[in-house]
Amino acid sequence: MGLDIAFWILAVVGVMAALAVVLLGDVFRAALSLVLCFLAVAGLYITLSADFLAAVQVLVYVGAISVLIILAIMLTREVQRGSPSNRLRIPAFFVAALFLGGVTYALLNTSWQVSSTPPLEPTTPALAGLLFGEGGFILPVEIAAILLLAAILGAIVLVREK
Amino acid sequence: MSVGLEHYLILSVVLFSIGLYGALAKRNAIIILMSIELMLNAVNIAMVAFSRYIVPLQLTGQVFAIFVMVVAAAEVAVGLAIIIAIYRHRQTIDATKIDLMKW
Repeated sequence: MGLDIAFWILAVVGVMAALAVVLLGDVFRAALSLVLCFLAVAGLYITLSADFLAAVQVLVYVGAISVLIILAIMLTREVQRGSPSNRLRIPAFFVAALFLGGVTYALLNTSWQVSSTPPLEPTTPALAGLLFGEGGFILPVEIAAILLLAAILGAIVLVREK
Repeated sequence: MSVGLEHYLILSVVLFSIGLYGALAKRNAIIILMSIELMLNAVNIAMVAFSRYIVPLQLTGQVFAIFVMVVAAAEVAVGLAIIIAIYRHRQTIDATKIDLMKW
């Protein structure tokens, strides 16, 4: 089963990279392992037969967001200070472990109504129909455009020299 | 045992918990922002998995994931702009030292 092997490899790589993001002492290396985690998530989208989302994940997260994060790390010169933990490290670990245990218990004891029909592929025409077609998500798409414009203007206003 | 919905959901919960720990326990504001991105990615995996296994022909989960990505992009742009503005005024991005509005 090719998909199963791909899932396990991508899952192990993704979890390892995510652990490296929060455990590594070097901020720049943490950002690079975040990029690796984003790539693993894009691979997981492919195993879920979400081809358009995998391409968007690579373009937006690996291409744009990681560049923004690395640029911010370069601009703030906190690289020498590393990535220290605050006083709440032990309680935060317990909160995260408690969340992990509780949600895992809940979802293993739920009987999901898994459908046996094979997934739709390719997904791009169907997604375009849903986003822009009749009775679809056209109003949220417009609101998302306004949100992006507001975010761009806000970012420019915040970082502009007085 | 072949990979099913539960595997993807457990992977999503694991990634979300790692991001939650990072967001709660780290002092560097950029690392906190990276942890939040990790949590958003975990939620996206869960939604795409639900879309694939529960309603394979409707794709609503994938549409939601696209909107989450839009909001994440806007959030990271504004968040990093705020961090750079704070760094310019106070020469630090240590989240425990940014306590101007703390009562």
